[in-house]
Amino acid sequence: MFAYTIRRLLLTLPVMLVVAIFVYGLLDLAPGDPAVFLAGDDATLEDIARIRMTLGLDQPFYQRFAMWLGRVLQGDLGVSLFTGVSVTEMIVQRMAPTFTLMFMTLCVSVLVAIPLGALAAWRHNRAYDRGVMILAVLSFSIPTFVVGYILAWGLGIELRWLPVQGYVPYSQGIWASIRTLILPTLALGSVYIALITRITRATLLETMSQDYVRTARAKGVGNKSILFKHALKNSAIPIVTVIGSGVALLISGAVVTETVFSIPGLGRLTVDAILRKDYPIIQGVILLFSFMYVLVNLLIDLLYRVFDPRIKY
Amino acid sequence: MGKFFRFLLRHPTVAVGGTLLLALILMAVFAPWIVSKDPMALSPIHRARVPSDQFLFGTDLLGRDVFARVVYGARVSLIVGFTVAFLSAVIGTIIGLTSGFVRWVDAIVMRIMDGLMSIPTILLAIALIALTRASLENVIIAITIAEVPRVVRLVRGLALSLREQPYVEAAIAAGASPVRVVFKHIFPNTIAALTVQTTYICGLAILAEASLSFIGAGVPPSIPSWGNIMAEGRALWQIKPHMIAFPAVFLSITILSINMLGDGLRDAIDPRMAKRI
Repeated sequence: MFAYTIRRLLLTLPVMLVVAIFVYGLLDLAPGDPAVFLAGDDATLEDIARIRMTLGLDQPFYQRFAMWLGRVLQGDLGVSLFTGVSVTEMIVQRMAPTFTLMFMTLCVSVLVAIPLGALAAWRHNRAYDRGVMILAVLSFSIPTFVVGYILAWGLGIELRWLPVQGYVPYSQGIWASIRTLILPTLALGSVYIALITRITRATLLETMSQDYVRTARAKGVGNKSILFKHALKNSAIPIVTVIGSGVALLISGAVVTETVFSIPGLGRLTVDAILRKDYPIIQGVILLFSFMYVLVNLLIDLLYRVFDPRIKY
Repeated sequence: MGKFFRFLLRHPTVAVGGTLLLALILMAVFAPWIVSKDPMALSPIHRARVPSDQFLFGTDLLGRDVFARVVYGARVSLIVGFTVAFLSAVIGTIIGLTSGFVRWVDAIVMRIMDGLMSIPTILLAIALIALTRASLENVIIAITIAEVPRVVRLVRGLALSLREQPYVEAAIAAGASPVRVVFKHIFPNTIAALTVQTTYICGLAILAEASLSFIGAGVPPSIPSWGNIMAEGRALWQIKPHMIAFPAVFLSITILSINMLGDGLRDAIDPRMAKRI
């Protein structure tokens, strides 16, 4: 197990290196002089020179990449071209709402989707199952930001149950803060719930056709017990795998959801950075999110054994 | 022809999804015949009007007719969806087949694909867009780069399992060249799965373009795309929801029709997979 963990950890290094080369190399791949482009149309020669200096563009690629990577490994993501503030600092300031939103969505989705999918498998081909599947297809088709507006309009404006937009930081009360994130959580969760529900149902249906399930049934174990005791445990691996790969959806979705609900998180930071062509910020946010994604999936890989002790590394 | 209709009868999701999509394509192609108004024409006197007989879907903040913009917006969405689907299928198949047969390429290519796949689609596109001028082409290129790894993974996986099949071994034993094996025996057997995957990618690309345009990182604001119309409507949505509602409905229906087509094709091609996912 220990040897496998180390090996698996080492395997994430080339992946992260590719991400780093990609986000850094894009600056050089983009047509034209990146310093001129990032400085914008009404930039002075000094602005361009300053950006070139900040990004170290006057040195050869491999040299500046190595230096940049060295700084990133120490937690220094460079400085914003617009404000001159450290990118790491800006990201840390904006992290709380985004990560709270993603964590809430993850918890709510798993808690809702697994029972939903299990019940659909149990009631296979009946009205309940059909209904859940239609809902899943709809959730896949209605974009997160549209779901966001529908919820904000229905539960926020019409019913006045929850705040329509905006965010209250922790410092002004935990409950007040969470209340502002309930609608974004539901919006962001719509696709994620559909994804987990579908895989839960599908895996369960497949598990239910296995020999040992037939044996359990033959010896008189009840349907409910088969489903929740035998089948669900044996279906855990595909389900957690999808929960892990779906984190990419959560990240993309969070950027858009924050725009709908005016939440000052990492998504807003990124969107503002695009408008100002503040590439170091975009670089930093991508590195952080990709690192998180790789880490989550590593964790899930290592969890396989917990769900299935037969797996040997 | 009779065969085709029997197929549609047996797979109603394909029929419904296909019909909806066809209607949307017709709307996009015949946009100038459907609306007489110019989707870009500004009319400051008629700013932010609610839907009426004169303005079917109302007007936006610059007085542009939302109905005209929504109808023309179908063009942007469908062009992005189809182009990205086609490009990523072609590029992904070439890389995937090569990777499945040439060992040293495989090692390198798969590391690159793993890296690209760990960057969430929207962020990958944002990074590319941030460094280029906003244009339809750049949005298409950005989304294609994000979607190619999915195709590569699928095709490579299929190639790896297909080349172990007895009939492929027999072909090799009979003296078929590697190129012939790939094109005659491997590639044709990936087409079915590829078609389904490409359909989903079309839907994902339309969603990605709309999301990018909505947050202001997509096609230039002057081009009427559903994401852009919704981005315009963001400021006033609480009192004038029509600017967001109409493009949202069309966007959702488009993606729904493509997803239905994909689901139906998947079930039709491989009934065993119907139970899964």
